[in-house]
Amino acid sequence: MKALLLHLGVLAGLLALNFLAPAYHHAMLARIMVLAVFGLGYNIAFGYTGLLSLGHALYFAAGLYATGLLSQAGWSAGPALLAGVLAGGAIALVSGALALRTAGVSLMIVTLMFAQAGYQTILYYTPLTRGEEGFNLTNAGRMLGPVNLTEETPRYLAALALFAVALLLKLALVRSRRGRVMVAVRENEERSRMLGYDVFRVKLVALTLSGLYAGAAGAAWAVLFGYVGAGFAGIQYSILPLLYTLLGGAGTVLGPFLGALLMFYLIDLTSDVSQSYLFMVGASLLILVVFAPKGILGSLRARGLKWLP
Amino acid sequence: MLELRDIEAGYGAVRVLHGISLSAAAGEVTCIMGRNGAGKSTLMKAIMGLLPLTAGRITLDGVAIEGLAAHQVPRHGIAYVPQGRRLFAELTVAENLGVGLLVRGGDAALRRHVLDLFPRLEERLDQQARTLSGGEQQMLAIGRALCLGPRVLLLDEPAEGLQPSMITLIRDTVLRLKAEGLAVVLVEQRVEAVLEMADQVVFMANGRVAEIAPARGLAPDAPQFRDHVGI
Repeated sequence: MKALLLHLGVLAGLLALNFLAPAYHHAMLARIMVLAVFGLGYNIAFGYTGLLSLGHALYFAAGLYATGLLSQAGWSAGPALLAGVLAGGAIALVSGALALRTAGVSLMIVTLMFAQAGYQTILYYTPLTRGEEGFNLTNAGRMLGPVNLTEETPRYLAALALFAVALLLKLALVRSRRGRVMVAVRENEERSRMLGYDVFRVKLVALTLSGLYAGAAGAAWAVLFGYVGAGFAGIQYSILPLLYTLLGGAGTVLGPFLGALLMFYLIDLTSDVSQSYLFMVGASLLILVVFAPKGILGSLRARGLKWLP
Repeated sequence: MLELRDIEAGYGAVRVLHGISLSAAAGEVTCIMGRNGAGKSTLMKAIMGLLPLTAGRITLDGVAIEGLAAHQVPRHGIAYVPQGRRLFAELTVAENLGVGLLVRGGDAALRRHVLDLFPRLEERLDQQARTLSGGEQQMLAIGRALCLGPRVLLLDEPAEGLQPSMITLIRDTVLRLKAEGLAVVLVEQRVEAVLEMADQVVFMANGRVAEIAPARGLAPDAPQFRDHVGI
């Protein structure tokens, strides 16, 4: 009950910020919420199931490009968004069926290779994808029914709605017995197998769910912010959700949101102070990792807040 | 009844088990004894499908189970508690049991049965498994295996490293499970414990069955213990 109240409280706070936050922070929070959905999904694979992927940019880009290209082809935003979500899940399912035959460092390398192949494919088909330069969605493609997503408030509320659905679904997942089986696989694969679980299948389902989240974030990014480009398929976008998760707390529901929030504001604040802001961000992250190796929420959970899911 | 006929298995090219044949009947305890390296734990893994057989057959109540994927063997009614317990350390007692029960669709009667067997676990349902004592962890490991509702229970040295009161509890539990009709296969090195629990003793040496003897015919100083276990 405490956990549900906490998560509903966070969502209520974000709703309140729609009315209270200054324009600059309002726009930033919308971006943070969409990328937090990406992080929430990453955490299903990494934090809860123990799958260390370096290829999630592929799933994000699958959602981004599926939605963007279909929008360009004249699809309306609703079906294009749905196609984007499914594209992320489908690519995760297919690549996972191969990549999950490996584990540990090999899994990192294989997922990275898949993501790099995706990135190169986007560049190869530049006439269609417009490569690094990317393309903008038309304003008509950013109308969700009567809602105009080019406007600040509808965009913020759409990002919040997506984040709320993603957060509450994840909370339900990790508190279900299925969620416990994922943690069991993370803790000890052989024991899970000896309790009758098809470990490969559990991992594949987790990775596919993770891909659906990444696809949803990518699809939402295309429609909410109106830009699709190859940069989103690069390695940086595979590392970001990992960083969000590690900072906020792997294996905690809210951790990736907190991690995304922290990263955005760290970069924002330090870039105001100095041109070497990435050095300052790196140093801050190092300090955090040394003093809170389980991430912020993971450390809080270890120090008494055991009810944190 | 669990029956093994001429099974051979090993690690890669190294064959460890050579033509093992034995049977474990319902309502009986079969103890496996032998020196270190005799192949006892390898035998458990081979039964569970964790090692592929290169020859031989394993049947449970007449149904062949060799060649099944490892996760399918428990679903056919064989549960395994390995050495070292291997719990899901970050999960609570209730969650550890829940993970075991989920395969059976969350059978409430099974959960009740396990908690009746180990009342201590009921007092610790919300406690993380890693914070339990060694004896409690072993109770949880056995309890979680019983959540599968098995017909055969494989236990690999369950009393190892436990204090005397816990060893007694484990013994009483094994005897109760036997009375309930379970076939228990127990790797055990302590002669006294074997004589208290076993119906038959399988002595292994160098990956082979050296001798199978009814337990009631064995004295604590029987030559088999000296010859095959080194006691």
